[in-house]
Parts: sequence; C-alpha cells; structure tokens
Amino acid sequence: MRYEAPTSVEAATELLAGGKPEARVLAGGTDILVQMHMDAIAPELLVDIKNISEMRQIESLDDGYRFGAAVTGVELMDHANFCRTWPGVMDGVKLIGSLQVRGRATVAGNVCNASPAADSVPALIAAGAIATIAGPNGRRDIPVEDIGTGPGKTSLENGEILVSFFLAKARPSSGGAYQRFTPRTEMDIAIVGVGIDLTLGDDGVCTHARVALGAVAEKALLVEEAAATLIGTKVDEQALDNLAAAASAACRPIDDKRGTKEYRIEVAGVLARRVAAIALSRAKSAREK
Amino acid sequence: MGLKPTPYGTAIPFEEKELKFVGKNPTERPDAIEKVTGRARYAADYSLPGQLFGKVLRSPHAHANILSIDTSAAEALPGVKAVVTMDDFPDLEVEIAAAGELMVNFRDVTRNVMAREKVLYDGHPLAAVAATSNAIAKRALKLIKVEYEVLPHVIDVVEAMQPDAPILHEDQFTKGVDPKPEKPSNIATRIESKLGNSEEGFKKADVIIERHFNTKAAHQGYIEPHACVANYTEGGYAEVWTSTQGHFVFRSQIAKILKMDLAKITVTPAELGGGFGGKNTVYLEPLAIVLSKKSRHPVKMVMTRDEVFRATGPTSGTNTKVKIGATKDGKITGAQAELNYQSGAFAGSSLSMAAVTVFTRYDIENILVIGHDVTCNRPKVAAYRAPGAPMIAFGVESVIDELAEKLEIDPIEFRLTNAAKEGTQTHFGPKLGPIGFVETLEAAKASEHMKMPLGPNQGRGIATGFWFTIGNETSSTLNIAEDGTASFVYGTVDVAGGSRAVFTQIVAEELGIPLESIRVVQSNTTSLGFNFTTAGSRGTAAGSMAAVKASRDAVARMCDIAAKIWDVDIDEVAWEDGHARPAGANVGDFDPLSVADLAKKAAYYGGTIAGHAELNVVGGGPGFGTHIIDVEVDKGTGAVKVLRYSVIQDAGKAVFPDYVKAQFHGGAVQGIGMALNEEYIYDENGIMENPGFLDYRMPVASDVPNIDTIIVEVPNPNHPYGVRGIGEVPIIPPLAAIANAIHDATGIRLQDHPMSPPKVLKAMSEL
Ligand SMILES: Cc1cc2nc3c(=O)[nH]c(=O)nc-3n(C[C@H](O)[C@H](O)[C@H](O)COP(=O)(O)OP(=O)(O)OC[C@H]3O[C@@H](n4cnc5c(N)ncnc54)[C@H](O)[C@@H]3O)c2cc1C
Repeated sequence: MRYEAPTSVEAATELLAGGKPEARVLAGGTDILVQMHMDAIAPELLVDIKNISEMRQIESLDDGYRFGAAVTGVELMDHANFCRTWPGVMDGVKLIGSLQVRGRATVAGNVCNASPAADSVPALIAAGAIATIAGPNGRRDIPVEDIGTGPGKTSLENGEILVSFFLAKARPSSGGAYQRFTPRTEMDIAIVGVGIDLTLGDDGVCTHARVALGAVAEKALLVEEAAATLIGTKVDEQALDNLAAAASAACRPIDDKRGTKEYRIEVAGVLARRVAAIALSRAKSAREK
Repeated sequence: MGLKPTPYGTAIPFEEKELKFVGKNPTERPDAIEKVTGRARYAADYSLPGQLFGKVLRSPHAHANILSIDTSAAEALPGVKAVVTMDDFPDLEVEIAAAGELMVNFRDVTRNVMAREKVLYDGHPLAAVAATSNAIAKRALKLIKVEYEVLPHVIDVVEAMQPDAPILHEDQFTKGVDPKPEKPSNIATRIESKLGNSEEGFKKADVIIERHFNTKAAHQGYIEPHACVANYTEGGYAEVWTSTQGHFVFRSQIAKILKMDLAKITVTPAELGGGFGGKNTVYLEPLAIVLSKKSRHPVKMVMTRDEVFRATGPTSGTNTKVKIGATKDGKITGAQAELNYQSGAFAGSSLSMAAVTVFTRYDIENILVIGHDVTCNRPKVAAYRAPGAPMIAFGVESVIDELAEKLEIDPIEFRLTNAAKEGTQTHFGPKLGPIGFVETLEAAKASEHMKMPLGPNQGRGIATGFWFTIGNETSSTLNIAEDGTASFVYGTVDVAGGSRAVFTQIVAEELGIPLESIRVVQSNTTSLGFNFTTAGSRGTAAGSMAAVKASRDAVARMCDIAAKIWDVDIDEVAWEDGHARPAGANVGDFDPLSVADLAKKAAYYGGTIAGHAELNVVGGGPGFGTHIIDVEVDKGTGAVKVLRYSVIQDAGKAVFPDYVKAQFHGGAVQGIGMALNEEYIYDENGIMENPGFLDYRMPVASDVPNIDTIIVEVPNPNHPYGVRGIGEVPIIPPLAAIANAIHDATGIRLQDHPMSPPKVLKAMSEL
C-alpha cells in the first residue's frame, strides 16, 4: 500500500485520477481505517489531505462561511463564531463519535463516507450547505444532498475530491437544529436523524424551511413536503402534527439489526416535532437579537 | 458448584476482633499505577524473540458437515510456517470436569477448539495458521479450501426443543428422563428441583400469577479480547502466557487436549482485562501450542472483537415460565418455574445452578423447578457472572412485583413477609446459615432513595438477588525476606477485582506489619500447588482464607525462632503488633523481636521464614442483595433512562469497601446493559449480525447514572474475617428491577428482553 500526503488540491486529484480504482482519500481516518482493519476495503493508495492548507481553513466571508474538507470536528467546535452562527450544523457535528473521534473526524469524511446515518449530513442539508468539488476537469459546486447516492456511494467521479463547504450567510430570524435517536446516549449510530432549518418573518410566520431526514432511506433525504407543512404557519401544534406525519410519510427505511421499519417511521415523526421546536426557539431568539 | 462437597475442607471460624487494616480503604493500590500508565502487561503485550502470528479460520455456516479441508495452498504461501486442523489434535472421550462455575466435557472442549465432524456455529474454528506476519496469516486463511455440506440449523431455544428441529448431535439423548428416549434430541438434559408439593401449595393461594419470559444471549463484554503467546520447546515443554481466570485449570485443559503431562506445561496468567466467567476455558491456547510445536517458533494469537463475539461464550438466551401463588395477606404458598436454557453448540449451560436457586431468596414450602439444557447453533455458552441467574430472576422478581401489586402490598413488605433467613430450607439442599437478606430489604426500605420523589413518566422498581460463594482448592505462600519485608504469592487470579490490595490488607492484619512492607505477587503454575479458577465469587473469600493460613504459618515459624533465641517453650511466645513477645511476665525479660530481627537470624535458627496454605476452602457464605432503580420512559421513542440506582448487598465483611462498591457498580452496569440493549442478533442463515460494540450495544458511561451503594455486613461464620463473595449477586436483580420500574412509570409489563426502545414503544401503544 502506498501513502501520499500532497500539499495542493491539484496534486491530490492528480494522484487520485492517476491511481488505481483502489485509491482513497484519507481525512481523519475514523471511517476508512476502521474499514481497513475490518478487511472491508484494501486500498492500494491512500491520499492524505491533511497537508493541504486550503483544506484546513475556516473562513468567515462577506457572504457566508467556508470551511475546508480537512477541518476536524473539534476545530469547528473551537470556533465560537461559527458555532453561534450554525448551531444546527454543530448539533450534528457534536454527535459524531466521542471527543477523541471528533479530534480526527472531518465533516467531509462524514459526507463522503456516505452512510445514510451520518450525523452531520441532515444538518448540512437543512442548512443548505454547498460543497465544492475539485477533479481532473476543474471545480464544481453541488448541494450536499446531491453527494450521497446510497450506502457507501457518492456522486463524486473518479479523481474527484471534496475541497470545502460553503454556508451562505444565515437569513435574519432563522434557526436550525439536528437531533438523532440512538438507543445509547453516545457512540452509537442513528436509527433516525432529523435536521431542520427555518426562518421566521416579522409576524412570526415561517417563511422558509428545510427538513432533512437521516437513516430512514438509502441516503439522507431533503423532504420538501415536510418543509411545506411549516411554511406559512407559526409552527403551532397543528403544523407540528402535519410535520410529523409528513416526515413519517417520507421514510422508506429497511428493517435491520439497528431498528425496525415501523419504529423508524414513527420515531422520525416524533423527532421532527422535537427538532422543529428547537429550531423555532433558536429562530425566535435570533430575532430578538 | 458441580464439585462434590468434601468433609476434609478448611473453614477458619469467624473471630470478632479489632481491625487495623481490614475494612479500611488503603490509599495505595498495588496494581493501579501500572494500569493507568499502561505498563501493566496483558496477554497481547507479551512477545518472544522469533515469534510468529497465529490466525484462525472460522466457519461461515451455522451448521455444516466438513467434507474436506485442503491446506496445501496456504502451506505453500511464503511466510507461512505451520497450518493445523483437526488432524493435529487427538480425539477425546467423554470426560466431565469443573471449569469455574460450569462443567466441561473434554470430548466437546476439543471439538470447540477445533471442529471435527461438523461445524456447529458461525465462527467455529476449523483450521489455524502461523505466519511471519498477521497479514500473511490472514492471506493464508483465504487459501484454505473447505468443502461443506450445509445443514439446516436452529438458533432459537424453543424451536431447538421441538421434535422435528435440526439435531446438532445425533448421539445426544436427553438425560434425566426415564426411560431413556429412543430419538436424539437437542435437549441435552432435563433437571428437576423440588420441595414440598407445589400443586398443593397453589390450592392454598388466593392469587396465582403465571408468566412467560424470553431473554436473548448476552456477552460478558470484557474489554480485553482473548490472547496468548505459546512456546513449545524441543524438550517437549510448553510455556503459555495468556488471558485467563484460572491458569491451573487452563493447564489441565491443555494437558487433556494435547495429551501432555501437567508438569511439562507452564501457564502464566497475564494481567486480566476482564473475564466475568468468559475466561474459564481455553480457546486459542491449544492451537498456539500445536502451531508452535509444528513451526518451532513461539506463536502469538490475539482474537479480534468479531471473533470474541462469534466464538467465545455468551450467556444463555432463555425461555422461562414462572408461576407463583400467594394468600391475601401476602404469604407465598407455592411456586413453579420452567427454565429452557440455550447451551450453544455443546451441552452444559448455566442451567444446573440457575435451576436449583430460582426461589432461594424466599421461604417457600412448595416448589417445583424443571429445567432443560438445550443445544443450538450458537457459540458454546460460558459462565457469566452468576451464570443463568439474572434471566430467571427477571421472571421471578417480575411476577413477585405483579403479585404485590395485585395484593396491594408494598413490594418490599411483600418480600420481607417471604424472605429467606437463617434456617430456611433451600430447594438446592441445605438449610441457610446466617444471612443478611432481610437486612438488605430493611436498609432499602429506610434508604434515602425511597424518599426521592418521582416526576411524570418516571417509575421505581425493586428486585433482589442471591448467589453462592464457592471455595475450592486454594494455595499460597508467604515468604519473609531477609530484611523483614514479605512477599505473598497467590494462585488465584486477580480478575481485576483487586485481589492484590485485599491480600495485602489481610497479610498486614495477620502479621501486624505495615502495608508498604508487603508485596503481593501472582504465581504461575509452577510456583504453587493447584488453585481452582477465580469464579463463583471466590477471589477474596477463598483467597484471603489462604492468606490467613499462610500468614499464621509464618507467624508460628517466627515464634519458633524467638523461642529458640530466648531458649523458652514456643507457647511462651506471643505474636502481637508485628513482634514476638514473651507471652507473660514470668517468661523472662526479653525485648520484643520484630519481623526484621527474626528474619535476620532465621538462617541460623533453621532456615528461611515462610508460610504456606494448600487448602480446599469450604463454608463460602451465600450473598443476598436488593436493588432499587428509578427510570424515566420517553413516551415518544420508548427510550428508558436510568435516573437513580441503589445497590444494597450483604458483603459479610467488606475488606476494602471501595472495591466492594466497585463490584456493586460493575454488576449493576452490566445488568443495565443487558436489560436495555444487549442482545445477540442472527440473520436467517444463523450468522451473527452484530459482532462488534457498535451494534452490540453495551452501555457507555453516559448511559449509567451515579450508583449509590449500601454495604450490609452480616459476618459469614466460616470465614476468619466474616467475608462473603460479592462479585456475582449485583448482576442478578437489574433486569427485573428495570422491568418493574418501567411498569411503575408506564403500566406496561415487559416479558421480552432486551427492553429496547422499539419494544417499549410498541408495548405502550398496545396498552
Ligand atoms: C468510535 C466511532 C464512533 C463514531 N460515531 C459516529 C457518529 O456518532 N455519527 C457519525 O455520523 N459518524 C460516526 N463515526 C464515523 C466517522 O467518525 C465519521 O463519519 C467521520 O466524520 C468521518 O470523517 P473522517 O475525516 O475520519 O473520514 P475518513 O475515514 O478519513 O474518510 C471517510 C470516507 O470519506 C472519504 N473522504 C474523506 N474526505 C474526503 C474528501 N475530502 N473528498 C472525497 N472523499 C473523502 C474517504 O476516502 C473515506 O471513504 C464514528 C466513528 C468511530 C470510529
């Protein structure tokens, strides 16, 4: 096995494009090294992206935030302003593994590992995060919901690499939240995850919402029908009931060792209500500021 | 425990006396610093020069005939130094022996170590390779060609009991039924335990409740996977460093499996990263020795977690029935239970002890217990902390709670009305001696915990537990060095419960010298006589008996030296505060002699000072406990959160109270895990689906609340310090106590384990 640690995005994509199909990106390694230990994969080339400075930055821009693919969970947690601006995204990031795991793990790795249960993904989708992808044919921007296509599968082409995420400046009076359900309190894998971002008008009526579900389909889902139940309401009991029903209806889970279909469907609705309530209170307190 | 009681055993009577070290919490813990700095050596930390790495080929089928095994391609791979299969191990006859709390049959042990005719579970070993690296060994495994004839399999215990179930062993006819059955069966044994006449008892009852319960197999979940290093030398000697709860019993098992003389085998126990009953039998050791013999290199083998789950002992999954009748005023008149226990691929589950102790916490005149030990296509079960007891206590304590509710009697009062006490006739044979069960119930009733208010969706549950303390062979030596410091060599295993600290306290107390002057050292199999496995809660109870005997032996020898120095009779010398003193004023005016004084002169007066114990300890005091648990149930998700937890248990005498509490905590935590989320999950092909900690959900720290403890001390009359075993009792009540608390919070009664969120949510929706 070969290990390379290039210092530029171009060098990385070149290595990946030129390499065999078994070439893999190594970010924090908290997924890929575990998979190698379990003999699930045996890559012949590992391209470590941690020495690429562009991928290590968290930048506050005029029109939003951009953070690199090699930024760790802990680095985001230590960035007070980012945390204040994107509490919903951070709800997801803070649930990845333990503190030790987050010390290595990256959000890009979470997205590119393409587990339908990945915790940062519904939160990023709800927040409208855009990923910048670089490859042999240059760069392109795609929304996070278009990356994962199924368990372990992404829409990234051969030689492509996720460079950074962009979060457009948050609307005033908006708030986001993410929660997951796991039987254990920590170190567990989501049976259901729900990320919701919503924006309130001056009259307290929801003007914009995005609802994303994790672990209830082959990939994280952006559920427009669920968002529609909130838009135009004051996110009252009736709206929450409709949200719960729409969230449950959007689930197409499997029965497996981690949870039954019927359980996942029911809990998706329960969690959607709870997450919407948190997002609402965050949006309200954002408005007060 | 499966061993015949002996009339020649040793019990040193309890003596009330003032204590200087025993019962206090020493600040120095002999093994602590090495453990927290990472210097403690576990089995996988040992390496020998020229060592190879061994790996095991395991069955991908739940049940299959082995038609052929072709190892030629693996042997031809560069770096591979040896390959072994069943052909490298002698077949063995049926021969039963004790191994911790369960019995083993050598015919089966050898087949479990290396499959012979058939593979009987997913993960069953059928070849092993030694190579110059782990990677080469793994590659070699892929080159071994095995032809299987896949057979129908059976996983569930009730299905395995059906007459048309796939049969694991064609030569297995149910024992314990008369006449001997004509057809083979997966029911290996039927046992019965009886007292009075239960049907007559039910006639006197005003209320009778009968319920059925199911529990899933759960793993001991020790943090350290099985590991060993073996070295077979040209002279025909084998040395093994391994992860074990009983190095002497491992030596016996290796000797049988490999047909070697005991004296040619040295087993050294490494620091143990948890066992809980799961490290009482060999898995890797015989393979590593034979690989070493064939390759002429030392061989190291370390299991992965996947292998630990698939191929080492979980506890039995069970199907049980409990029926109890009581009068209006709360007196139990009759009780019945049926226990159907998975034993896994080979007969011999924890049934034998569980079945005879089902109702021992209560004074009941009429009891009938019927048990079945059932083979099925799973790994052979191993002992797990009070083997078999938590699962049946789940049933019994749930039914007791339901009876109390129906009779409108407080659950603690109901138990007090029926509690076993000194003189209560057990259904396993003897009458109980002095025990502290009532005291634990009274302490629970008076506890702060019972006064804490409960909020919405919260509930409180009570349950109780009983377990034995075993004795058995226990040897140790106390050597007094020339400078008067002492080294105590013990032959049990410190199963991480703190034996070294406790033995230090006992020796200090007996000799009257400071803790710092004593070093406690683990023996290997050559430095002491046979010691039974550390199992059955005997570590401190039996181990300290040997420490007392060896200390008193050494004191006698020191008094003998003093008598010689003073030229007086030995009974004119008294031992006090670490010194030999004249026994009375008329003996003479001699200055007291310290251990150091005596040690310096020992050679001239006959030789080095030492004390020995080679005992078969008897008189282990039974242990009883009561747990109180508060939970909160999330009505939306069915998640159960444990809010508050109290363990109240009779320790006889807590030698090191903080360590006793740690045992209470450990049992409670394992019980919480088992109750809420832990279970073996199989797919339709009989393949385990969750062989890792991600999906086999043991609790993490944040799943567990602060656990309060109350240590009750009713001395065991057959132990010099009154000690009872305490390690196992605390895992017995949690399942039932949590079920009862969930009922209190929600009104549902769960009879299917684990009480995981989907089950709780479903039961609430059906209410
Ligand atoms: C103990 C433990 C607990 C965990 N708990 C959780 C949890 O609670 N929730 C959760 O969601 N996850 C959890 N995980 C999984 C894992 O930590 C996360 O998915 C993490 O975010 C992965 O990031 P990484 O940087 O370590 O990725 P890596 O392992 O380095 O990479 C993961 C995958 O993404 C690819 N990749 C990485 N970066 C890029 C890139 N820039 N461009 C293209 N491809 C890329 C890699 O090739 C690889 O296939 C846990 C893992 C462990 C070991």
